[in-house]
Amino acid sequence: MGAYHDDLHDAAEPHGRALRLGIGGPVGSGKTALVAALCRSLGPSLRLAVVTNDIYTTEDADFLRRAGVIDPERILAVQTGCCPHTAIRDDIAANLDAVETLEERFGPLDLVIVESGGDNLTATFSRGLADRQIFVLDVSGGDKVPRKGGPGVTSADLLVVNKTDLAPMVGADLTVMSRDAAAVRDGKPVLFTSIREDRGAHSVAEWATHMVDAWQREHGEPHHHAAHHTARNATEQAAQQAPAS
Amino acid sequence: MTTVTARALIRTEAAGGGRTRLETLRSDPPLTLRQTGPRRVHLVSTGAGPLRGDHLELGVDVAPGTSLEVRSVGATLVLPGLADAPSVMVVRARVGAGATLHFSPEPTVLAAGCAHRLVVRLSLAEDANVFWREEIVFGRHGERPGRGHARFDATVAGRPLLRQDLLVGEETVDDSPAVHGDARCVGSTLIAGPAWAPPAVTDVKRERRAVLGDGWAALPLAGPGVQVCALGADAVQLRVRLRHGEEAATASAPGAPPTGPHRP
Amino acid sequence: MNGDAALLLLADSRLPAGGHAHSGGVEEAVRRGAVTGAGDLARFLRGRLATAGLVTAALAAAACELAASETAPVAGPGTAPRTGPATGPATGPATGPGTAMDGGGRDGQDGWELGAAHDPGAPPPGDTADTVSLWRRLDAEADARTASPAQREAARLQGRLLLRTARRMWPSAALDTLARAVPEGPHHPVALGAAAASAGCAPRQAALAAAYTSVTGPATAAVRLLGLDPVTVHRLLADLATALDDTARAACASLDDAIPEDDEPEECGHQGPQPGRPPAGHAAEQAAEQAAGHAAGHAVEHAAGHVAGHAAWQARWHARWHALPGHSAPALDLLAEGHLTNPMKLFVS
Ligand SMILES: Nc1nc2c(ncn2[C@@H]2O[C@H](COP(=O)(O)OP(=O)(O)O)[C@@H](O)[C@H]2O)c(=O)[nH]1
Ligand SMILES: [Mg+2]
Repeated sequence: MGAYHDDLHDAAEPHGRALRLGIGGPVGSGKTALVAALCRSLGPSLRLAVVTNDIYTTEDADFLRRAGVIDPERILAVQTGCCPHTAIRDDIAANLDAVETLEERFGPLDLVIVESGGDNLTATFSRGLADRQIFVLDVSGGDKVPRKGGPGVTSADLLVVNKTDLAPMVGADLTVMSRDAAAVRDGKPVLFTSIREDRGAHSVAEWATHMVDAWQREHGEPHHHAAHHTARNATEQAAQQAPAS
Repeated sequence: MTTVTARALIRTEAAGGGRTRLETLRSDPPLTLRQTGPRRVHLVSTGAGPLRGDHLELGVDVAPGTSLEVRSVGATLVLPGLADAPSVMVVRARVGAGATLHFSPEPTVLAAGCAHRLVVRLSLAEDANVFWREEIVFGRHGERPGRGHARFDATVAGRPLLRQDLLVGEETVDDSPAVHGDARCVGSTLIAGPAWAPPAVTDVKRERRAVLGDGWAALPLAGPGVQVCALGADAVQLRVRLRHGEEAATASAPGAPPTGPHRP
Repeated sequence: MNGDAALLLLADSRLPAGGHAHSGGVEEAVRRGAVTGAGDLARFLRGRLATAGLVTAALAAAACELAASETAPVAGPGTAPRTGPATGPATGPATGPGTAMDGGGRDGQDGWELGAAHDPGAPPPGDTADTVSLWRRLDAEADARTASPAQREAARLQGRLLLRTARRMWPSAALDTLARAVPEGPHHPVALGAAAASAGCAPRQAALAAAYTSVTGPATAAVRLLGLDPVTVHRLLADLATALDDTARAACASLDDAIPEDDEPEECGHQGPQPGRPPAGHAAEQAAEQAAGHAAGHAVEHAAGHVAGHAAWQARWHARWHALPGHSAPALDLLAEGHLTNPMKLFVS
């Protein structure tokens, strides 16, 4: 029995692997823009890869590839069959597989970002998939959204309120948003961004760098896993092709 | 009840200088064979059928280093007959090392009321080449097809390359958009040989891509081959589509040896 | 343990193994107008079950049988532990030969053991490399029945995800061996069969789960894509119940059609006998002998000595898989490949 015991922790085993950062939030709030911004500011110092969960196929992945912020091969798109929240919460197998595929191909990595397909306020990442998660709101949804709470707003490790440049236009009061968010978030951080104006989202990047540092202090430097998913090497392939003996 | 049992055989041998000689050409009516070129044989049907209860076998043995082309003069019309048992046609082909077989008979037409079993066992040596086309027409013009079951097994040096069953005229598959849609004929061509071997693998999670056309696809197999599959409203359209696919498949392996001297 | 409850878990659409993102060709059929409503969908599902459904059912049964033989206790040291969750009451050494293979058959219900009765049995002791190569061979049999690369890719992806999930739910030596044998991910039915065996299911239950998922995934996808009444669609599935049972039964029966209607020509090619391979006709002989009785087979095997025993044992498994159904569906192939060209797809396949 003991022989199989390790497998129970197989998927989530944190030792020596990249930090997995989930980015969730409603459609259009700026998740993809934030991923691009993080790639811009973290790319030079961290080994990155990205998984997208587009509602419609590879749109976000294509945007990121075109943006030229990361080697296009380091982006994998996962299709979610109309149910983006299922893929990050109830059935995370495809996302885990994508994360591990990237680690196999490009590992060791420091940070793998998983962007959710965009959903309602109740959608959060399973702890089996994301070690840390960011929930992205934007001001155009109105300044009452943080007060309404919901698991994304209350429990995410970081709440990002994006598109502050639009606040005057939509009449959103950022101090109200800040106060309400603090009230439901139990001291967890909130950052206000305008990715339109700060193309590197530097405050978020700084937070992410801290998370990666803390992760690596706790779980060690990422190293390459010769995991059970590693592509069969050429010798083995040849052996398989040879006539059965 | 008169049913027919016949066994015909074609066997080549190397004649020196890289040439092929027909070592055996054994007809057994209604399976009649005619040599029509130095390395070409035509199947000439003598008599109608096959009919229910008939059992026909064709052996094709292409010796190492030789090449052979097998065609037929006309379509095979499978008819009902009186027996309960289906008509059976078995083709057993072996293609030796470095040998080439081009097998492209005219279509098999499943006339209303027939029950036909077609069994193909194709055994390829490691570096053999084959072009194998099969076309099935669902009944004569305007008629519902009889029942047909074609089984195709191709192996390369004993390893499975392609194993397929094709059912026609069964309630479960008729008119299913998953199986034949509204097509009236179905065809496939296996083109196999070392030139179609999958590239030395770097990442086995990524498959080679198919080439897709209107009603046809050239599908790279997991082993050294490509299967062209096509659906058609009639035999002419089917053939056109298969040809497109065959061209795409051939183009996908530059430097591949020709799969046959010439195609009509 | 008769595997019934495990079967429910395995076939449940909520099993977290990525199945929800696959439409089995329905998304492309909808895009092309080949499926527009419940009538088309009924014909789609019926045809899918009769082709891809039957093939996956047979492969799943074969994989279940192979996994069960690997988990079955063998004489001598190195005996694998009984499969099952570490906390389950059935943990511990098995009580006798064949326990792991019995599944539901032990209480003699309705022939659940069908397909498990005559398999070539556990490996001669001492060599797991042989089992690895058997898994690869079975996976290659699945490849040979899947001409479309898009479908192979989808099948491997689903198999990989299922294997990942199953190894945590039902840890077993067979699943570990399978993961080692096919690291890129086995075909889904192969993983499903191995998972079923590890969960305590018999081959017929594995076949039923495979047949069932071959139509339920596409049915659910159609509900989402076409906005069909979910009850109407479940009615279609209910109408397929008998066909599902028949498919599972036929799948298991095909395992016992080990001798093809004529011998495999591959066993007697121009190449002559290969080193370490059984001589021509051997596989068929073995298959016949196996039909004559499992015990007799073992006796012959022991007498033949270690190496020959291994080869004969492998050949018997191979022979068991030659004749498994390979029902093709040209439209599904075209749909699967067409799906890849859709820039706006919602489903993986
Ligand atoms: N004005 C403004 N627009 C932004 C900002 N960040 C993103 N956007 C725009 O908002 C739209 C949606 O962004 P996207 O990142 O695709 O959102 P997602 O659906 O959450 O991934 C795009 O047109 C972005 O250019 C911002 O800070 N200010
Ligand atoms: Mg996005």
